[in-house]
Amino acid sequence: MKRNLLTAVLMTIATTILFGIIYPLLVTGIAQALFSAKANGQLIQIDGKTVGSAIIGQGFSGPGYFRSRPSSAGNGYDAANTNGSQLGPTNQKLIDRVKGDVATAESDHPGTAVPIDLVTSSASGVDPHITPAAAEFQLSRVAKERGATVDRLRALVAKHTEGRQLGILGEARVNVLELNLDLDQQFPMNKKASIR
Amino acid sequence: MTANGWFQILLFLLLVFLATKPLGIFMARVFNREKTFMDPVLRPVERLLYRVTRVDENHEMRWTEYAVAVLLFSMVSMVVLYLMERLQGYLPFNPQKFGAVAPAHLAFNTAASFTTNTNWQAYSGETTMSYFTQMAGLAFHNFISAATGIALAIALIRGIARRQMQTIGNFWVDLVRCSLWVLLPFCLIGALVLVSQGVVQNLKPYDTAKLVEPMRVQKVTADGKAVVDNQGKPVMDTVTEQTIAQGPVASQEIIKEWGTNGGGFFNANSAHPFENPTPLTNLIELFSIFAIGSGLTYTLGRMTNSQRHGWAVWAAMAVLFLAGVTVAYWAEARGNPLLAGTDQRVGNLQPGGNMEGKEVRFGIANSALFATVTTDASCGAINSWHDSFTPLGGMVPLANIMMSEVIFGGVGSGLYGMLIDVVLAVFIAGLMVGRTPEYLGKKIEAYDVKMAMLFVLVFPMVILIFTAISVVHPLGSAGISNPGPHGLSQVLYAFTSGAGNNGSAFAGLTVNTAWYDTTIGITMLIGRFFMIIPMLAIAGNLAQKKYVPPSLGTFPVTTPLFTVLLIGVIIIVGALTFFPALSLGPILEHLLMAAGKTF
Repeated sequence: MKRNLLTAVLMTIATTILFGIIYPLLVTGIAQALFSAKANGQLIQIDGKTVGSAIIGQGFSGPGYFRSRPSSAGNGYDAANTNGSQLGPTNQKLIDRVKGDVATAESDHPGTAVPIDLVTSSASGVDPHITPAAAEFQLSRVAKERGATVDRLRALVAKHTEGRQLGILGEARVNVLELNLDLDQQFPMNKKASIR
Repeated sequence: MTANGWFQILLFLLLVFLATKPLGIFMARVFNREKTFMDPVLRPVERLLYRVTRVDENHEMRWTEYAVAVLLFSMVSMVVLYLMERLQGYLPFNPQKFGAVAPAHLAFNTAASFTTNTNWQAYSGETTMSYFTQMAGLAFHNFISAATGIALAIALIRGIARRQMQTIGNFWVDLVRCSLWVLLPFCLIGALVLVSQGVVQNLKPYDTAKLVEPMRVQKVTADGKAVVDNQGKPVMDTVTEQTIAQGPVASQEIIKEWGTNGGGFFNANSAHPFENPTPLTNLIELFSIFAIGSGLTYTLGRMTNSQRHGWAVWAAMAVLFLAGVTVAYWAEARGNPLLAGTDQRVGNLQPGGNMEGKEVRFGIANSALFATVTTDASCGAINSWHDSFTPLGGMVPLANIMMSEVIFGGVGSGLYGMLIDVVLAVFIAGLMVGRTPEYLGKKIEAYDVKMAMLFVLVFPMVILIFTAISVVHPLGSAGISNPGPHGLSQVLYAFTSGAGNNGSAFAGLTVNTAWYDTTIGITMLIGRFFMIIPMLAIAGNLAQKKYVPPSLGTFPVTTPLFTVLLIGVIIIVGALTFFPALSLGPILEHLLMAAGKTF
């Protein structure tokens, strides 16, 4: 008993040093040396300013942008407070929220059912993606706002669409932040909603 | 459901199957203290550890000493974690300057949670824990609680395999060899593979990004309530920046799955793009959850000289896994009929289905698969929120935990839980033919069955009693966020997850209260330690028995018939105990949802 208690204390100290300190610092060192951009969150810099991460979503609601999904992370797309809505399938709050978002989204194509991901909040609250269906649904509105043809915009969406990984894994998806940044580059708006 | 979705699910199972034999042989060699190809590097580290911790590696323990060593080690490391949380303000690697984890009941709950391999999280990682606490407190426990679980399973296998012996191995040796050989090398490589896909690994402060489009949002107070003006209209605020949480994530991510721990670095767990950025990382994480549990069935066969028995157990696990994933995938792909005006159908451009609380890159198939796998095992990581699943889709993870997570299971705990069910299956078969039951040449007698029943009964008792109190007393019912039958499901899930040492949640429930922190903390400790004592007692008792050669009346444990009987026992012992509770929760909600009722 006494001997095992002594070992328990010593073992806790020794293994904390090995697995709690040496191991993560070793991984950090190698990761920073080999994959520096990835290990630091794939930050996107424009004119020396960080405008986001390539894999963390941002909220977009203006008509000139492709809208991202509803978010329950903090105030919306808070990447230091990630969460989903936690609303159950029969909760009236969920039904009402979706109804409101459907009403907004539907104006793009009145009378057409809205792709489900566009009106449901993601798990992380910072989902960087929408489905190709949700992008296609918004094409005509964005094209009109930006004064671009639908075909040219569709090509831009395709450029930011990732298929299934290795052709098999996951689902096809469109990166909203990268798409909208490219949109600002190629089809700039008349200043109003833009912050730069 | 789509053909590709099923292809991904079956591909995953194939990978697990292919890893079973090599991993099983490797683990058998490690715990038999035979030579492995890693010895030149790891053996010196092992010897050093024994020297500084005063372990005699040739000492053998009786089951009682083994149990005492497990309990002492768990107790000491739990106290250290508690102190680390409370003192984190004074400790290094804290760029966000987080103070002590408070209140004290949250720190207790978290310490109990990580010590018991549960990783129930009543806190949000990115707003509570310093990098030091994450690495040296939480990720450290991910290693040792996993190693402890595997050591216990090996002790039980030795009990079955040994004849007329008093001892079942040395806990310290099993612990060290498991951590060094089985856990560390895979995690080192796996963490780097995850980083190459985009999982972050750094020690820098959180980044700030200037939003491309400023957001108009409702102003909220610090505790999340909407601020209103004197006419009662919500006050709006403009947000122009996004804070991006960082940290040493990959090193913790990989052991989180490989050790079936499940505690996310971030609140969103494996749904967070920094924890699980691509479908490939998702597959790696899924594989990591099942691999050791699956490999241990082969280790069982090898160490007891009955490889076909190992595969018969594996088959029972695989059948139950497929049943669960089928229901979950079907239910989620059907979507939510209450969401009018939405397109939830499968199309060329979208997977459709119930996307509330799910990520686009994973869609329906990988979300349903992850929910099934994480609760078949006692992992508890999530890549979608189970609280927002359809009623039947959400019942699958709940029912999986209720079957004691024996479907590949938590590392070690899955196998020893399954072997208790095997003892019961053999006992029931013996009753049916009227002979003394035997298991791999050992007579199963009253003492063994009593201990097995103790193991089986502690689990539903603690869940149902605490759930019942929580739903009738305001202390518990105040935390319910989804009204109607779903509210019962939330509370039931919380205590089931705690007792099963799973750690996933119907996370809308407000659990960081004195009531839930304390009761779930106690539930987790009971679910771990009250169950390993009877299990080790069986191990010790079996080890000292004589070998009885199989006769004509022996019920063979290597046949499909045995697999079917074992599945039956698991369902009867697990699911039926909870059937009344399930009827009032998810099943009732499903019927009401179909009738168009909302709450």
